[in-house]
Order: sequence, then structure tokens, then C-alpha cells
Amino acid sequence: MPGEIEISINGRSVRVPGGVSVWAALTRAGIEHARRSVSGEPRGALCGMGICFECRVTINGVAHRRSCQLECAQGMAITTDE
Amino acid sequence: MSEPQHFDVLVIGAGPAGIAAAAAAAGSGARVAMIDALAKPGGQIWRGSTSSPYGRARRWLDRLHRCNVRVYASTQVVDIPEPGMVLAESECGSILMAWSKLILAVGARELFLPFPGWTLPNVVGMGGLQALIKSGLDVRERRIVVAGSGPLLWASAAHALACGADITVIAEQAPGAAVRGFARGLFRHPRQLVDAARLRLELAGVPVRMGTWPVGAHGTARVREVELTDGQRVSTERCDYLACAFGLVGELELPMLAGCAIEADRVRVDEWQETSVAGIFCAGEATGIGGVDKALEEGLIAGYAATGRPDRARSRFARRARGRAFAGALARAFALRKELKALARDDTIVCRCEDIPKGQLQGLSSWREAKLFTRCGMGACQGRVCGSATRVLFGYGPNSARPPAFPARLESLAATNDTRQPSEGSRGAAWK
Repeated sequence: MPGEIEISINGRSVRVPGGVSVWAALTRAGIEHARRSVSGEPRGALCGMGICFECRVTINGVAHRRSCQLECAQGMAITTDE
Repeated sequence: MSEPQHFDVLVIGAGPAGIAAAAAAAGSGARVAMIDALAKPGGQIWRGSTSSPYGRARRWLDRLHRCNVRVYASTQVVDIPEPGMVLAESECGSILMAWSKLILAVGARELFLPFPGWTLPNVVGMGGLQALIKSGLDVRERRIVVAGSGPLLWASAAHALACGADITVIAEQAPGAAVRGFARGLFRHPRQLVDAARLRLELAGVPVRMGTWPVGAHGTARVREVELTDGQRVSTERCDYLACAFGLVGELELPMLAGCAIEADRVRVDEWQETSVAGIFCAGEATGIGGVDKALEEGLIAGYAATGRPDRARSRFARRARGRAFAGALARAFALRKELKALARDDTIVCRCEDIPKGQLQGLSSWREAKLFTRCGMGACQGRVCGSATRVLFGYGPNSARPPAFPARLESLAATNDTRQPSEGSRGAAWK
């Protein structure tokens, strides 16, 4: 994995190893869920392969991105718990 | 969108079956392309194994790179809008591709069954845990319970252990006698025997309970405890993760969209791996869960057959038969016990996208009814999780498939100029 990169999670600046997924970055930052279900339950990654859509977050203003399938990129802004 | 590119053979899926199919087809000089949702070829099974000592994965990936195959990575197939076409999308936008022969090597996903607490964060799949670790999840010193069924249970536990996790217990729902019988039969499958022996060695010292399954997960922000039972006693295990799945099911959505006949939850194929639709072939897990050997042989046969080389295809028949025999042994040994159908209570969520509890589905006789009356299966995953679960719980299905195969951009949907009549409900999920 290349060196560290800087991203922001819910407005907080975080450094993560390059090459890790957005989901991995969230867990490394101590965040335990990605989103809220339609009835308000906390939910996180289940399948790890992009089929369950439980790990959705907003990335750079675009909603419904699957955090387990996307690599972190320098400057990425991630919003969770929506 | 520009004019579609044309390929003699288009392969969907870059796991072992797809790689073998593309390599075999390219050997004839045909113009071959391959589409896969992941960033690199290898599929879920060989994901991230390119730099590790997985000799066989490395050899096949090298063989693929030496072939003249156009690889569309990070590309999701959205629809097969008409015979001879595929609509896909990537970060760069939508692509329409034309094909003369199509090989569906779409693979499998895990079977998740609902039990109280299964929606808590950190309850993940067994393959799911592996995939998450490979993409950077740090599990060092994390306590993990691995429960469910099938060979993936051992592979997942061994992988997490090697990455520094503390595996509290491994729980296999199949009875010990069935698993031991399966292990004794492995002498017929030397490669799998070596794999099993290696996993057993790597997991030496980790407690293993056969005939044991999860009945509940507890926690608030995430899972903290798992209850396991052998049908007699219930034990509680503290954990940071529960990795749990009950085997694999074929990804049948695209084959169904293409109109391929499905039998006993598998795509029906003839001896050349051709489906009920002329010109469309299928190879690997979607024709029956059997692992890498079966997938490679079926992929080779499909690739040779699709490029008019029946003799080469025939030369793989004996090896394919061995792969299929292993698939049969797997299905028998790890058959799901009936208690698993009764784990969900009335208030246990079955459809995680729409939060539909089991109680709301009681009395509904089909998947169609469940969708119409409750929205079960109508959310983002389009029934990929709850469709397979309700098939086991209530015998629904086989599920129908409608485009788009995955939530797609409106731009992609507009691109097909689809003339088919819309069927019940909407054309599926779309956003952006």
C-alpha cells in the first residue's frame, strides 16, 4: 500500500493508509456504522462484495456509494449516518 | 453514447470461470472482451491474491494477461437489453457492447439467513469478512465468532486468524458425522484434500463445534455477543465480529434477464455449457456451487465451444465431471438443517433494505406477493439478500429478474431505448 492519504469523515480530517476501502477507513476512525435503515437502525457492511448495499455512504456529495467497494482517495469527503 | 463495440465473445465475470473462458476463447483468435465489477481480474475468490503465494491464481492471471482479451474492470453490467447486446456502466459512464457469443461467468454470493440481531453492525458474511479484510479492515486482536456452513467457514477463519484476529469459536451447522463423511471422501479430490488439511493445521487450537448454529446476536451500536446452540444447550460468546453465512447461492439475475432457463436454482446448461438460449453460455458457480476446479473446467469448455472447437472442449469433460462430483458432495454434506428456517421471530427483519419483519410476510404465498404487499425485495439490493433468504424460509421463487440488474444511473436506462413492455411494478431501482 502506498503512503498515507488524508480524507475527511463527517467533517473531521483523518489520515488512512493509501489503498484501503472507504469502509475500512471508517472502522479505522472508530465509526461503527455507515448508514441508518429506513426504520433508523444503524447498519454496516455485510457482504463485502457490493451486493447488499448496507454500507452506503455519501462521498463528495454523491449519495448511495458503496463504501466497501470504493478505495479512499486524497481529499475525499465522506458523510455517514444518513 | 457512441456506437457499440462488437466482440465475437463477451465474458461477464472475471473469476476463475470467466478467466478460463476468456483465455480459451482468445486462443482461437476471436475478438474477446471481459467485464467485471472489481478493479482487478480474479473474482471474489482470487481477490487480492495476486501478490501472495496462491500459485494457481497467479498462473491463471498471468495466462489472462498474455491473451488478447480486452478487460473492462470496475464495470457493472446493468442489462441485456436485447439479444446480442450488453449495457454496462463504470465511473466513466455507460457502455453498450455487442456480442456474437456471451459467456456468463457471474459467480455466487453468500446465503444470509435472518436471526434476531443479524442486522447489527459487525455481523458480516464469512466471505464478506475476507473481502473486507483484503480491502483494509484491521482485525488485529479482534474477537471473531465464525458461524454458518461450508468450506468457506474454515477459509474465512484461517484468513482472519492469519491477519491477527482472535477466533473465539468456529460453529458449523452441519452434523459432525456429515462433515467427517465429506472429509473422508476428499481422497477423490486431492487438491481439495490438501486445502482442507492446510486449513485444519492453520486452525489448530481454535475451538470447533459441529452441529452448532447461531440463534441470536446482541449489542446496540454493534454486535457484542452471539448465542450459539447445538439444539440442546445455548452458549453465549463475546465478540467484536460475527462472520456468518450459510453457504453460497449462484448469481442468477443476469442469466434470468437473458432468458436462460433455471432448474433447481442453477442455470441449465448442455454438455457445451450452452444455456437454453442459443449463443449464451454459462460457467462456474451459477450452474451449481462447486468451487474453483469446476469453474475452471466449465469456463474452458464454454470458451472452446463458443469459438467452435468441440474437440478441445471435449478433452475437459472428464475433469469437469470430477468437479461436479465434488459439487454434489458439498451439497449433501452441508445441507441446511430445518432449525435454521425457524431462527427469525415475527419481529426479526427479513428485508434489510425496506426493514420488513418476518411477521409481515406470514401468509404471503409468493415472492411476487411479498413484493407487492410489503415492498420486501424492492430496495437497493433488489432482493439479493432477502430473495435468497425467503426462498429458504418460505419456499418462494425462483425469483424473477427485471432490469436494471443493479441500481443504475438514469442516463444508462435511457440509453437502451428499451421496447419491452414494462411488467408489474416499476422498472427497478434508479438513482442520481
